[in-house]
Amino acid sequence: MRLPKARGALSDALFSVLRSGGPAPAGVAAENRDDAAIALWSLYELHYRGFEDVAEDAEWDPDLLRVRRTLEVGFEADLGARAAAHAETYPDDPQRPVGDAIFALTEAHEGPSLADHVQRAASEDQVLELLRQRSVYHLKEADPTSWVIPRLEAEPKAALLELQFDEYGCGRVEQLHHRLFERGMISCGLRAEYGAYVDEAVVEVLEQNNAMSLFGLHRRLRGAALGHLAAFEATSSLPSRRVTQGLERLGMAPEVVHYYAEHVEADAAHEQLAARIICGALVDADPTQRESVLLGVRACLVLEDAVATRMLAQWEATA
Amino acid sequence: MSTTDPHDAPVATPDVVLCPEGPMLLRGRHVLEDADGRRHETTRPVTAVCRCGKSQSAPWCDGTHKLLPPKVRP
Repeated sequence: MRLPKARGALSDALFSVLRSGGPAPAGVAAENRDDAAIALWSLYELHYRGFEDVAEDAEWDPDLLRVRRTLEVGFEADLGARAAAHAETYPDDPQRPVGDAIFALTEAHEGPSLADHVQRAASEDQVLELLRQRSVYHLKEADPTSWVIPRLEAEPKAALLELQFDEYGCGRVEQLHHRLFERGMISCGLRAEYGAYVDEAVVEVLEQNNAMSLFGLHRRLRGAALGHLAAFEATSSLPSRRVTQGLERLGMAPEVVHYYAEHVEADAAHEQLAARIICGALVDADPTQRESVLLGVRACLVLEDAVATRMLAQWEATA
Repeated sequence: MSTTDPHDAPVATPDVVLCPEGPMLLRGRHVLEDADGRRHETTRPVTAVCRCGKSQSAPWCDGTHKLLPPKVRP
């Protein structure tokens, strides 16, 4: 993957530095949310698979880390405010075990549903656009959560590894979830190479990705990473079923249907593991982690709402 | 930080977990025979088996229990 297109003054300055290896841009502010999100996304990407046009040692360049931190502070504050607003509408009941609380929140949450739209009404072009947007995450599916593993004690770690092993195909590369998504994309005539559609990604998708990297890369936010995982899994089985029905309605290729069908049953197990066993063990051992877990749950829900609202509005405007 | 003393006798991780209002989790490889005598083999490290009777992926859980009123969930 090469660096994406800049979206404003900050990403423009940052990307020229990443290409040339010069001093990191100091004092350049993000022009807008898109600019901040693509800059942060690219800085995070240095920790995943990097860019062909950026030197590998940029990953731990202290000046670039300083830029990343500045962007993270703003982004984390914004996420915290959005999670707090969510908590006003959907308060926690601290008497409930955290696993029950996660299911109660994800079931009570009402938001726009892309899966419903795909099931009933989406055109093939809209589905292809959604797959391109989703590819920014699905081509590195489960990777942000893997950062958390060495930060956990034995009980949540063992359960998280059971879940991640399934995500990674239990040792069979052809079953690895991001490989299943690649095959689904190719079957629809889309490009499947990592990062192929980042330039098309709406800011809401970049922010959804950035939240997972933020939670994954900071040990301090390990509870949020696992809460995000639990909410993501707990909002996957039934919606994935609806997506398979929409893809079948449109006569789309079996490989892409299979990706979503796999998630119906996989995530029915993963949601229980993540909410009850992984988050349950984390919070049992350290009750102060409950707040962080619920931050991750709420962030997952509000960020997906933002993606759905954006895509549905875009499609309505062009209908 | 952990609530269990690692020096205590180890308590085995359960092979079967009954989830409140949800499925039964099975750890490891199992072969299930359903009510019609058909056999189904698990393929994942942990598999969720339907307990509400409404799954469209029976015998596996597909999350349908969440659409049921709490009183009639498992």
